[in-house]
Amino acid sequence: MKAFAQLFADLDETNKTNEKVRILKDYFVAVSDQDKIHTLALFTGRKPKRQINSTLVRTWAMEMAGIPGWLFEESYHVVGDLGETIALLLPGNTSSQDKSLAEWIEEINHLGNLDEEERRTWLRASWASMDQQERFVFNKVLTGSFRVGVSQNLIIKALADLSGLDTATLTHRIMGNWDPLTFSYPQLMQEQDASDDFSRPYPFYLAYAIQETSDQVKSAAQIGETLGDPADWQAEWKWDGIRAQAIRRGESFIWTRGEELATEKFPELHDFLADLPDGTVLDGEAICYSEGHPLPFNVLQTRIGRKNLSKKILAESPMVFIAYDCLEYQGEDTRGLPLTSRRKILEDLQLATRHPEAFMISPVVNFSGWEELYALRMQSREYHAEGFMLKKRSSVYQVGRKRGDWWKWKVDPLSVDAVMVYAQKGHGRRADLYTDYTFAVWDGDKLVPFAKAYSGLTDKEIGQVDHFIKRNTIEKFGPVRTVKPELVFEIGFEGINQSTRHKSGVALRFPRILRWRQDKKMEEADTIESLKAML
Amino acid sequence: MRKPLLEFNDNGIYCPPGKFYIDPWKPVDDAVITHAHSDHARWGSKQYLAHHLSREVLYYRLGEISLRTIGYGETVVKNGVKISLHPAGHIIGSAQVRIEYKGEVWVVSGDYKLENDGVCEPFEPVKCHSFISECTFGMPVYHWKPQQEIHNNINQWWRQNAAEGKATVIVGYSLGKAQRILQHLDLSIGGVFTHGTIDNTHEALRRNGVQLNAATRITPDTPKEAFRNAIIIAPPSSAGTPWMRRFMPYDFGYCSGWMALRGAKRRRAADRGFVLSDHADWEGLITAIAATECETVYLTHGYTATFARYLSENGYDAHEAHTLYGDDEGGEAQAEALAAESENAALAEGDSL
Ligand SMILES: [Zn+2]
Ligand SMILES: [Zn+2]
Repeated sequence: MKAFAQLFADLDETNKTNEKVRILKDYFVAVSDQDKIHTLALFTGRKPKRQINSTLVRTWAMEMAGIPGWLFEESYHVVGDLGETIALLLPGNTSSQDKSLAEWIEEINHLGNLDEEERRTWLRASWASMDQQERFVFNKVLTGSFRVGVSQNLIIKALADLSGLDTATLTHRIMGNWDPLTFSYPQLMQEQDASDDFSRPYPFYLAYAIQETSDQVKSAAQIGETLGDPADWQAEWKWDGIRAQAIRRGESFIWTRGEELATEKFPELHDFLADLPDGTVLDGEAICYSEGHPLPFNVLQTRIGRKNLSKKILAESPMVFIAYDCLEYQGEDTRGLPLTSRRKILEDLQLATRHPEAFMISPVVNFSGWEELYALRMQSREYHAEGFMLKKRSSVYQVGRKRGDWWKWKVDPLSVDAVMVYAQKGHGRRADLYTDYTFAVWDGDKLVPFAKAYSGLTDKEIGQVDHFIKRNTIEKFGPVRTVKPELVFEIGFEGINQSTRHKSGVALRFPRILRWRQDKKMEEADTIESLKAML
Repeated sequence: MRKPLLEFNDNGIYCPPGKFYIDPWKPVDDAVITHAHSDHARWGSKQYLAHHLSREVLYYRLGEISLRTIGYGETVVKNGVKISLHPAGHIIGSAQVRIEYKGEVWVVSGDYKLENDGVCEPFEPVKCHSFISECTFGMPVYHWKPQQEIHNNINQWWRQNAAEGKATVIVGYSLGKAQRILQHLDLSIGGVFTHGTIDNTHEALRRNGVQLNAATRITPDTPKEAFRNAIIIAPPSSAGTPWMRRFMPYDFGYCSGWMALRGAKRRRAADRGFVLSDHADWEGLITAIAATECETVYLTHGYTATFARYLSENGYDAHEAHTLYGDDEGGEAQAEALAAESENAALAEGDSL
């Protein structure tokens, strides 16, 4: 694991993308295939199961560090990260070892067979054999709190450079339900067919926003200048649900955009999926829907937050799937077909379904010119939509966020998902509540603050967020609290400018909180690149 | 109960029988100064007493002051109170102040570290009844590595940057850290440049007879090519300012005890963080306090509450003292707070752009 720990130290020491890719490549060349696949698993959020709960880890760390519990807790407050706190508090190592990452993970996975005293002995001996950096990385793996500082794209880029495979192929291969214990690096690199993993989704094709400019909302004429002949474009309403991929390959699987297998969360969709011909994959929006129209996003959010879907919840927030694309048909990857052909397949599938109440299709909005569409967009809210999706009729289904063929054209022109990092008390009526928040987006593994906003939450939400802040303060600086990054909010704004005064390099005009995204993990927040792309 | 020999009042640490202050933060008649850092040596007092090697820096920083300087171990008597200075190992000229009156001994540590940094006189423990100690890094997560290791890392980093044709910008406090960095550079790697503020401090130290390695002061006329494989020593205030642009392309490193934590390093957006401190780490503080054989400890700078509680649990009569110290490295905690706040403020301004 020394190499893995060093990889972390090296990645920590540069803010430059190219440098990170080079470091990753050097690492992948140097370590065994087993370590490669384990690294890839960890870097893509496939953590080993947590075998020791963090209370025991803390207790044994305090014991070994020879400090009282209160001092351990204060140290944790200062450091803000459990794995790092423990690595710093333990006495220097008394031995060393050269176990690989794979060997350590194997030991961790076998802890289930040991009793508590054996685990304690094992953990103390393990810590005693590691230097500070190894301990830090090891603690993260052990406690299942592993979060990587590099975006998946960089890892894929490094592996693509090494293997000669293209990034789209690799992105697809590392999706889905694989386990580093049964899936090997050579397997990853080999030609594969779809039968390898029945549940594996395709990478989502994501669109940029079209009217994102620093100064003004684009006019119809400007849209026309950018996009050209309206006859080349298909417009659909942009729905405010959860982007999802529905898969039928012998069994049914539903993946959300956050690469979460969420089949069980959507029982209403099971019947229509089971009814689809084998070898079908649909892209669409899972959304709550009643009396002929979609329900507001917070209805869906309430439902997603629940562990158990009670009858009441199911009745209050019935779910449908509004499909807009077909990625696989009769077991064949259809992503290379033009949109018009994929749309035809999708329409045929939908016509054949016996469950049209759950399997809907996103209607194509007819328009003859950009002016007409522009006017229609202003009525989006009446259609319970956020605006339009514009898709080139000839477009293939691409991998990841790409410019050119697909655009989103929202009513609320600009927004990003961001993580709350600082909080400050409000004024007047809310003087004892934390109501002013500072938000950050990802820059590699770092969160860079870029906006401060206060309005937009309900009183109830403010109460909940305040409660969270008081329990998750890392540091206090006068009136400002540094808060454990965890909560995700959608931040809307009127404009964005370059700024040398801000660390993020951008300054927003009129930022405000659009909503609390309780359905999103902080890993899913946007990146500084996506903000800068709006300049 | 007898009155304590030293007390904390609105002006600073006061000695009632001796009628003098130690490191006052407001102008007073008679001030004894532990060291020349701006939080300990403040402007406006009528007369000052300090160590010989603080002389020129004090003149440079405080202007025309009435100053008497003495050596380590030398005794001065004020109103029957014996005062002597003893090495604190913090920066050049830094001293602990020992006070003796009617058999009772107090020591004010000022700032200190235990490791011999090869630049200033190393720390010497002084036995006393009561000890006023700093505890900037009074948390068990702070544990310093031997400085040779850190200096090797700095040189290695510089060497690599030079090989890649990049400038190396290293940031450290101008009095203390800058000299430590300068004196441990491998001068065979390339040229050494200093920011004007640091060069001014170095000139003052040289006037005081301190031998320092040569370094070139950066002026608007310094040609950009000169920076290619050079190292530039700059104060924290220059980090992230347009002044740095002239070094492009460069790698930026930050030297401070705070670099021990990943979060602190991240907030400074440094390429590299070097954990090099002029303050004692957790073990160092405990060792130093034990060596004084004192019964009572007053704590200044940093994690005073935590450290006082820990010492109390370990048999000391320990108290938090409220002072205004902490502007050098200690003050970085506050600087950090301010940075976070100003970041917030700047962001708030951004609202109304
Ligand atoms: Zn100092
Ligand atoms: Zn100080």
